[in-house]
Amino acid sequence: MDHFGIWLAAFLTLGIYSFLYRDNAWYKLSESIFIGISAGYWVVILFWDNFYAKFWLQRQDDPMLWVGAALGFLMLLRLIPKIGWIARWPLAFIDGATAGLWGMNFLASNIMVQTKATIMPLMGPAFSGSIGDLLSNLVLVGGTFCGLIYFFFSKEHKGAFGNAARVGIWTIMITFGAMFGYTVMSRMSLLIGRIDFLFRDWLGLLK
Amino acid sequence: MRRIEIRNNSFLSRVNITILAFSLLLLTVASVTAQDEIDPVTELIDSVVTPANPAPPTDITVKDTPNDAGGSITIRWALSADDATNGISKYRIMRQSNGSEFTQVGEATAGAGEYLDGQASDEHEFNYKVLAISEIPGESGETIVLTSESVVSEPISSSAQWFDSRRVNVLVVTAILVFFILWFIQRAKSGEKLFIRKIAGLEAVDEAVGRATEMGKKIFYVPGINDMDNVQTIASMTILGRVAELAGQYDTWLEVPVCRSLVMVTAKEVVKEAYTKVGRPDSYHEDQVHYLTDDQFGYAAAIDGMVVREKPATIFYMGAFFAESLILAETGNASGAIQIAGTAMPAQLPFFVTACDYTLIGEELFAASAYLSKEPKLLGSLKGQDYGKGAILIAILIGVLLETFGIWELSQIFSVIE
Repeated sequence: MDHFGIWLAAFLTLGIYSFLYRDNAWYKLSESIFIGISAGYWVVILFWDNFYAKFWLQRQDDPMLWVGAALGFLMLLRLIPKIGWIARWPLAFIDGATAGLWGMNFLASNIMVQTKATIMPLMGPAFSGSIGDLLSNLVLVGGTFCGLIYFFFSKEHKGAFGNAARVGIWTIMITFGAMFGYTVMSRMSLLIGRIDFLFRDWLGLLK
Repeated sequence: MRRIEIRNNSFLSRVNITILAFSLLLLTVASVTAQDEIDPVTELIDSVVTPANPAPPTDITVKDTPNDAGGSITIRWALSADDATNGISKYRIMRQSNGSEFTQVGEATAGAGEYLDGQASDEHEFNYKVLAISEIPGESGETIVLTSESVVSEPISSSAQWFDSRRVNVLVVTAILVFFILWFIQRAKSGEKLFIRKIAGLEAVDEAVGRATEMGKKIFYVPGINDMDNVQTIASMTILGRVAELAGQYDTWLEVPVCRSLVMVTAKEVVKEAYTKVGRPDSYHEDQVHYLTDDQFGYAAAIDGMVVREKPATIFYMGAFFAESLILAETGNASGAIQIAGTAMPAQLPFFVTACDYTLIGEELFAASAYLSKEPKLLGSLKGQDYGKGAILIAILIGVLLETFGIWELSQIFSVIE
């Protein structure tokens, strides 16, 4: 059975990779199997991890869980066209709660923490680093300053303001370039993982 | 002969004297050695048999841990007098509820005068006591444990606090930001025209929908792979509303493949409402917004297949994306579609910048709803946010200047307790 599983996995892996050549029947077959099985798999996972583990097992310990269950039930009312509009209530609750929670998170982590990290001495008695550290601090403070100016929407990017915004977008693009290379390297590990499977588990060429 | 005898007697008597002296010497040495052996043993027995217990911890105080969600009590005590001379190995914290036996809830290292009991229940009162533990090695290698205990604390129960006083600074910054936003919303509502600069990616939305209409091909809208509990997905739904309005006006087929059930429900509502708003409710079809799979790469594989088979004229990628971003954008690029992306995921932005025609970077995605709708309220909020950014810029400038001169207080205002 294990042997059959490995052959099937190799067949589907190569089927998905065949897309690199062009769309074809093998890819369509692999894609359909992948989507169908993963959709079913996630239904099972979500049922046991959410409904069963987070609600059913703890329903007597935490009365607030029934509020969530009630909102979930309201969501299912979409299936009855006449009262389907009630399903908008839980959606409104989710959207509102998400905006509120994330708003605070963004404010604390993306604004306050980063502002604090940007405030640093550049020279003088409080600065004890090397020339390299000074340059690093200058790039960090200047890059953050100009980057923030780029994201001003209510003022036209002209004159000195526009120049600062241009420095900001250049800083962002240089950062993207560095991140691109870094992320590509990490993506390679996905490819290496599948090639390792094909050559080690399926073909047995690697020991 | 007699002389000889005398000599012999003399010889014997000398031998006897020598033996006697040697015996005395041996006895003396033996007695001295015996004394040397007995004294240390006596001392050791004395020290083992009568070890002293360490001095107990004193002044035990208990209080509900402040600024938390309940379930936690802080216990403090004055260190044992033996702690200063390394006579304490650790402290053991014991807890009792409703007159039951004391049970151990945790240990603190020597020198620590505080313990946080995170296993308390808000519904019960607890009493605590602290044991000072001294562990010394025994004669045969075993460990001898000596303890002494503090008095029992007053009963205490934990409770949740509504406000974390350590985060007052977050409240103040929020209040300033909200003030700016409300101020500009008010000004916008009173008829003042607010300027918003052009955002290329959003300007291109109309062009991209128009292109699909001219070509008679579909528009794909991919709302990312996160659920409705991500603010990027919420922003994406706002942009979807605008795209759906345009698609409804031009009667162009808009397809929204999703990978989360809640996103599907929300997207259906948004598209339906947009079609109704532009007077084309009959153009809306339930299967325009459809679920594929929750699986990240299953979703990517499905969209890739759809793109190469149906060759849409326009593809929008708006929301939270992860490793699938390049797979999607590269396939769309190869198919010749005009692509507009927007995300606040820093690691994915480089891929979208590379493979798409326009990219909304970070906050541009969140500004899109105000930009596209041109509603005074939203434009006012955008202007208010800009003033918030201005305040941050000023804070950075002043902070850097102050820290350069050795004044550190300003940056502490931005410290956030997690």
